Amino acid sequence: MGFIRALKGDTGGQIMLFLLGLVAIVVPILNLWVPASSPWYLSTYTVTLLGKYLTYALLAVAVDLVWGYLGILSLGHGAFFALGGYAMGMYLMRQIGERGVYGNPELPDFMVFLDWSELPWFWYGFDQFWFAALMVVLVPGLLAFVFGWLAFRSRVTGVYLSIITQALTYALMLAFFRNEMGFGGNNGLTDFKDILGFDLRSDGTRIGLFLASAAALALGYLACRFVVSSRLGRVAVAIRDAEARVRFLGYRVERVKLWIFSFSAALAGVAGALYVPQVGIINPGEFAPLNSIELVIWVAIGGRFTLYGAVLGAILVNYAKTYFTGVMPEAWLFALGGLFVLVTLLLPKGIVGLFARRKRSTAQPADVTP
Amino acid sequence: MQLARILLLGWGLVALGPASAQGHAPREPAQAAPSFEQSLTQLLDPSFKVKSAAVDAIAAGGDERAPQALAALLSGRLFYRKSDRRVVYAERRTDGYRITDVLSGEPLGDAGRHHIKKIGINNKLRRQLRAAIAGLALDHVEPKVRLDAVRRMMSDPDPNLAPRLQARLDLEQDAAVREALEQTLAVTDLVSPDAKVRLAAVGALRGNLEPVVRNRLSTLREQDEYPEIKSAATQALADIERKLTLYAKAETLFFGLSLGSVLVLAAIGLAITFGVMGVINMAHGELIMLGAYTTYLVQQAMPNAGEYSLLVAIPAAFLVAGAFGVVIEQLVIRFLYGRPLETLLATFGVSLILQQLVRTTISAQNVAVENPVWMSGSLQINPALSLTYNRIYVILFTLLVFLGLLLILKRTTLGLQVRAVSQNRAMARAMGVRSARVDALTFGLGAGVAGVAGVALSQLTNVGPNMGQAYIIDAFMVVVFGGVGNLWGTLIGGLTLGVANKLLEPWAGAVLAKILVLVFIILFIQKRPRGLFPQRGRAAEG
Amino acid sequence: MKALRQIQKAMRRDRQFGLMHSARDMAPDVSHGELLYLEDLNLSFDGFKAIDDLSFYLEAGELRCVIGPNGAGKTTMMDIITGKTRPDSGSASFGLNIDLLELSESEIAEIGIGRKFQKPTVFECHRVIENLELAMAGDKRVFPTLFAKLTGEQRDRIDDVLGIIGLTEHAYRDAGALSHGQKQWLEIGMLLMQDPLLLLVDEPVAGMTHQEMDRTAELLRSLAGNHSVVVVEHDMEFVRAIAKRVTVLHRGRVLAEGTMDQIQNDPKVIEVYLGE
Repeated sequence: MGFIRALKGDTGGQIMLFLLGLVAIVVPILNLWVPASSPWYLSTYTVTLLGKYLTYALLAVAVDLVWGYLGILSLGHGAFFALGGYAMGMYLMRQIGERGVYGNPELPDFMVFLDWSELPWFWYGFDQFWFAALMVVLVPGLLAFVFGWLAFRSRVTGVYLSIITQALTYALMLAFFRNEMGFGGNNGLTDFKDILGFDLRSDGTRIGLFLASAAALALGYLACRFVVSSRLGRVAVAIRDAEARVRFLGYRVERVKLWIFSFSAALAGVAGALYVPQVGIINPGEFAPLNSIELVIWVAIGGRFTLYGAVLGAILVNYAKTYFTGVMPEAWLFALGGLFVLVTLLLPKGIVGLFARRKRSTAQPADVTP
Repeated sequence: MQLARILLLGWGLVALGPASAQGHAPREPAQAAPSFEQSLTQLLDPSFKVKSAAVDAIAAGGDERAPQALAALLSGRLFYRKSDRRVVYAERRTDGYRITDVLSGEPLGDAGRHHIKKIGINNKLRRQLRAAIAGLALDHVEPKVRLDAVRRMMSDPDPNLAPRLQARLDLEQDAAVREALEQTLAVTDLVSPDAKVRLAAVGALRGNLEPVVRNRLSTLREQDEYPEIKSAATQALADIERKLTLYAKAETLFFGLSLGSVLVLAAIGLAITFGVMGVINMAHGELIMLGAYTTYLVQQAMPNAGEYSLLVAIPAAFLVAGAFGVVIEQLVIRFLYGRPLETLLATFGVSLILQQLVRTTISAQNVAVENPVWMSGSLQINPALSLTYNRIYVILFTLLVFLGLLLILKRTTLGLQVRAVSQNRAMARAMGVRSARVDALTFGLGAGVAGVAGVALSQLTNVGPNMGQAYIIDAFMVVVFGGVGNLWGTLIGGLTLGVANKLLEPWAGAVLAKILVLVFIILFIQKRPRGLFPQRGRAAEG
Repeated sequence: MKALRQIQKAMRRDRQFGLMHSARDMAPDVSHGELLYLEDLNLSFDGFKAIDDLSFYLEAGELRCVIGPNGAGKTTMMDIITGKTRPDSGSASFGLNIDLLELSESEIAEIGIGRKFQKPTVFECHRVIENLELAMAGDKRVFPTLFAKLTGEQRDRIDDVLGIIGLTEHAYRDAGALSHGQKQWLEIGMLLMQDPLLLLVDEPVAGMTHQEMDRTAELLRSLAGNHSVVVVEHDMEFVRAIAKRVTVLHRGRVLAEGTMDQIQNDPKVIEVYLGE
């Protein structure tokens, strides 16, 4: 019930969820039941693309939760996304079984290639979906918890925090590039065959993954809404605007940050887990600092401090990216770079800020840094 | 000992025959010695005996052309022209040879394969030649040439040359050459049949770092019949190992310092923009890249001045990157003062634009920046330790840039104004400092320094559109680790991180070492959020 | 007295006592009459002695004014009491039993020390009523906060405070939209919601009109007795209006202490104020 109440007053969110529901109904129909010859037919490629956008949108919501509402500009959320993706990738690798190039029932191809004789301990259990699903949430969540515990306890804030989150994802990228880590090194994990017994290449599975992404986005959105509309959410915003003051009211600022940050990381992990089976690969490139910064700009463009703005930003920017990189690839980085500059200079509230006259707040979210 | 030398000398004499007897000759030239030209002609004689005599005569004659001629003969590049039996150097071309007159040194153009004939030598002559060439160098007037000659011999000692060396030692005045001669003789003594000689040689070679010494000593340790010699060799080897470890450490330190210098170079511009102005400039790496590309363009523009183009490139890179910096400040950053997170995002956008700009205007591929000759090669301290010049120059250059910057900040009006604005903007403005102008100039200064860093980096790594990204995180780490707003912190922080990285590398491997350093910094910041050298007091309570 | 207060607190705050509580269960031991003990405090910033051998005692239920020229160490003293700054040496305790130097800012807030800042700091993105809600005494751990709902009783308390600070009709406005004086009042309101044993009030009347000032004086006077209050203020008229006892700080130490009249006739005080 709390979740539904969380939408009270959130017109943008209601519209967003309505559209999401509509898409979740229409897309499968257009893909599965409309003949391929019809102009209304939606190719499976497009479905997968849309599914990918939805996982990005979930990731953006996770980032907005910590950035827009808590004032933590994380430049390392790509790492949590990638870790969730790797957890799912490990499950998918184990599902390949004997169908790999080397036909080893136990070891993934790259391990056979590296002459490993047995499965490393951290790969145990990933043949079970429930275990992998648990890890999808747990690994990013725990990493964020440990990292946050260290960082928040010693009051690392503002740009310092941003920079060390960036260092975190950078260090992880370097680590995952190493073959010795046991995650496929440079090539990452790929050549997946099926998930829960469904063939990953079939249209049905694709639609299933698309719907799962839509559901995850809706649930993730509601969960975040629940958090931000609770008293804890108000404490979070208070921390963003005047951290010291909140401490003097008796709130344990560090713990508030820690829990919300970890929750956001777990959410990013879920997004990554849904992303991987749809794109069919996960490699260390996902940890690249550039990715993490890019997703911050989705949120900035859509409008931070409104969760649906983050969804809007993620989908718009990624659609633009798909379009530009197809039509004129050189222009994309110019466009993205220009967006960064223009949005921060001219549109501090993002696209949402252009339209919405917020009933309550005329005040600009005050300076986020201490 | 001395007796052993003489014995050995006798043994060498027997082995060498007449040639080595001639070895003593240079100081007392034979009566009516044949001229260089005459001897050269004698080389054409089919008899090896005559040739041998001719070689001796050439070696003894002291003609300055002799070393080159003998070396050419040894390496099979000495020919004679069939038409006029003139002795020539011949260099292989795709079709035939290019020949040069030995006597006059004048080029004689190309010659077909059938027009010239190689002057043949046999093994005996080859030995004789080697001795003669070495002998010439040994008697060279320049001590440095002599030293080099001895050192060369030490790395592959020829027992046949021992008498020659001994003879030289008796005459030698220069201490360094004497020392080298003694060591070389000791190396040959290591394989002497006389146990006492071997033992003495082992003692003499303690601490010698030549690989050949180590090889021979370990052979002695394993195989010598006398336990005394075995244990002496063991001890000498331990000595050598200890020295080697020491030098290996010195080398690690040197590598660490040079890596640290690179980090400092990359970070020092950031220390100004971030540390002094509080601006997070994510395009800093791209300003470094612009500096590197400026080096490339300068080299393209003055293709004949490869050696000096760097000297032009340094100010050019400073100006180019500095100008870009001022433009970025004017167009973007000045609207975002006091909002560091927004600045971070906007400048990140700028960095993407700059990368793409270089990709579209120059090339998406890496470009080749030339290294001048004086940057290549290395300074050989001893056989175990050599320092490459480019690293040495980078360390020196970093210190220069650092000192220069320190002077600018401490001694110039601009520096004074920069510090004033960074401490109290309102007050500085009230005192008549044009803070907007100071901001632009400060940012330009930081950017210019980044450009200068780019010149240095262009000599060490690949220059490409992405090169800036490789440095930005490291640069931030250095500044944050050293303590924001403190140039000294940046210097010490950068050098420390560089050395730490290199210390970890042999133990953990390059990538893991980097990861460990990153993790260390992340943990360090938890402990000391304000870095090694924090700013304290009320002003720091931002 | 102590037992009474505890019962009072327990009745007023409908909070559930958990098992793992530390600071929240601690009550200061005021059996010797004093609530706050600061002894031999020293603190320097880069050689500048902000606090120099400062000793300061406050009785339970007392209202004390602290005055002194700029840089005398008034705000720094408050920083030390609230855990924002740690002294180089010396001791600070709340009652006889609670060592303030071992607690974090939030723990200090939980044991009942509330603070109003010199520059009014309210949460500008939140409505007035939400500001008060956040300040309200209660369980401030993460998960209880996540699931917290306003009870009718709490709502009443908020309405009471809104009435006291005169912001009833602004309850649903964003705090950022208030005037400077209103923000001051809101922050005082937040302090009231916190219901602390000790209130530290830094320059409460800056930017207030005369009428507002009078009301503030009245409010602070009414708080004394049940609460202990330390007021830092520059406005002498205001100090005269509320203070029974006044402490003068100068260069990080106590220059004089006594009633307003005693203070005004103290030659050392006159020298410091007139000499500069």
